[in-house]
Amino acid sequence: MGQLKMKREGLFSKLAINLMFIVYCAMCLIPVLLVLSISLTNEKSLLTDGYHLIPKEFSLIGYQYVFSGTTSILNAYKITMIVTAVGSFLHLLVTSLMSYAISRNEVRYRNQVSFLVFFTILFNGGLAPYYILITKYLHLKDTLLVLIIVLLVSPVHVLIMRNFFKALPDSIIESARIDGSGEFNTFFRIVLPLSTPVLATIGLFISIAYWNDWFTSALFIENNKLYTLQYLLQALMSNIQYLLSNEQASRAIEKSIGMLPGESARMAACVLSIGPIILMYPVLQRYFVKGLTLGAVKA
Amino acid sequence: MNNNLSAAAAAQKRFKKTGFLHHRTFLQEMVRRWPFYLMILPGMLYIVIFNYLPMFGAVIAFKDYNPVKGIWGSKWIGFKNFEFFFKSDAAWRVTFNTIFYNLLIIVLVTVISVLFAILLQETGSRMRTAVYKSVMLMPFFLSWIVGEYIVYALLNTDQGLVNGIRKSLGLEAIDWYSDAIYWRFIMPLAYLLKQVGYTSVIYVAAVTGISSDYYEAAEIDGASKWQKARFITIPLLMPVVIILMLLWLGKIFNGGLGDWGAFYNLPRESGILFSSTDVIDTYVFRSLRTVNDIGMSSAVGLYQAVVGLVLVLISNYLVKKYDSDSSLF
Repeated sequence: MGQLKMKREGLFSKLAINLMFIVYCAMCLIPVLLVLSISLTNEKSLLTDGYHLIPKEFSLIGYQYVFSGTTSILNAYKITMIVTAVGSFLHLLVTSLMSYAISRNEVRYRNQVSFLVFFTILFNGGLAPYYILITKYLHLKDTLLVLIIVLLVSPVHVLIMRNFFKALPDSIIESARIDGSGEFNTFFRIVLPLSTPVLATIGLFISIAYWNDWFTSALFIENNKLYTLQYLLQALMSNIQYLLSNEQASRAIEKSIGMLPGESARMAACVLSIGPIILMYPVLQRYFVKGLTLGAVKA
Repeated sequence: MNNNLSAAAAAQKRFKKTGFLHHRTFLQEMVRRWPFYLMILPGMLYIVIFNYLPMFGAVIAFKDYNPVKGIWGSKWIGFKNFEFFFKSDAAWRVTFNTIFYNLLIIVLVTVISVLFAILLQETGSRMRTAVYKSVMLMPFFLSWIVGEYIVYALLNTDQGLVNGIRKSLGLEAIDWYSDAIYWRFIMPLAYLLKQVGYTSVIYVAAVTGISSDYYEAAEIDGASKWQKARFITIPLLMPVVIILMLLWLGKIFNGGLGDWGAFYNLPRESGILFSSTDVIDTYVFRSLRTVNDIGMSSAVGLYQAVVGLVLVLISNYLVKKYDSDSSLF
């Protein structure tokens, strides 16, 4: 009898736990689905019926408008992809080289270098001097380079990688050295191939950071040919006109539905910016969870 | 003989102190280990230019910045920029909001995430746990600009989903974007939704790392599930929890680099909402890019950086006193 009661109680708590997670997951998913639904709804229906989770009147006009011969969103895609690819590659290269060197015990000044890296997590000079440095002294305003440079080295990533390299068995590196392998050769041929978990995780983090970066553009970019996806989205929120570089095509669409498909086009642009992340999500997630066990940051 | 011995002793002493048998000068070390120092060079150069130079540039907080004369040529004006800031209404508002939101969010995220991490083991099916984890993690990968779109889709007065539901229930529509009080709840909620999944997954990884021996021993002693969580899981999770909290604390006052995009984007820079959405970061950014007041911006930025440093040092000291293994440094 007692056992039966316990079983039933266990069942009840299991049910409650699952219910709670289902509600929480719904809170994560529904907002994204809402954006998707708005992007697929007829503009007139949006104005009269409001937003719904399932489109009342299905229409692709938003997407058509976003792509209507205007080049701005495609250009933003191009810029974002270049920045993400080049930036992530350089980030991994610079970070792994530096972290490997300061993970080696035979490097005498490793602790001093680690401290200089770590200190920048704790203290910084603030935004204004940084802004002046980049615009006035380095003349990087309105360049593709600045979009890459701002996220090029992250002190936290350096420390995470250093801890990973520290855990690699010393004997591998020693024996390579005895076999006459130079330090760079050892690093690229032996150490890096052993480090795919940490490279994948940091690479994932930094590519997401590059992809989602709006702040660098907000600070340093005025030329609309250099708008990234996030920044274009931000600009679109206040003014849909940013999409119109081909007036003729957009006028034709406007005429055909009798209005400017502002809301659906905005949400369509938003969906297009999330698209690649959702498509990559299974891969992202796998490496993300794998990488979490790589160890915490400690100086 | 005697001489030899003392030389050996000295070498041993040096080895104990420095970890090296032979004394070498800086230059000798550079030459001997040049490949490693070459590896360090690009990263170090970057950190010196982009992290340390601005620290020296922070002196403009004490100057009347003149773009033509540059940082060094501008006139010293002492604490005038600070005075201006601390006498304005904004000083109290942004400081309060920054501390309020960060503490609230740190505590809520930590408590909920630890709870989730424990409960995720109790769903009764590995598959369900995996599905919950993947869905919960998703918002973490979306930017705050996308967040702005989402909040707009939900809360837009005329068409938004929330007001749509209110109307269908016979309630009046609420004008979310013109009453600051709602944003005291919206901001933390948005933050939680983005952060909890990520933090929970980290804690789940830590929980699965706990040896099953502990739980088996506890079971033999007749411990209940609650007791196991209370006396095994939570204490063993503490080091990870503390490190994450310390790192976050450092971010609170980390000018420009912390994750403050929510406060800038979600309320759409609406002045009516500033009383509950303006934080130090948004203030610094606005005075730099919108108002174009470099002096004010740098003063507030420096204030932020110094308070942040002090905060981390104090908490780290406290953590170290309580448990030296969990401290950041």
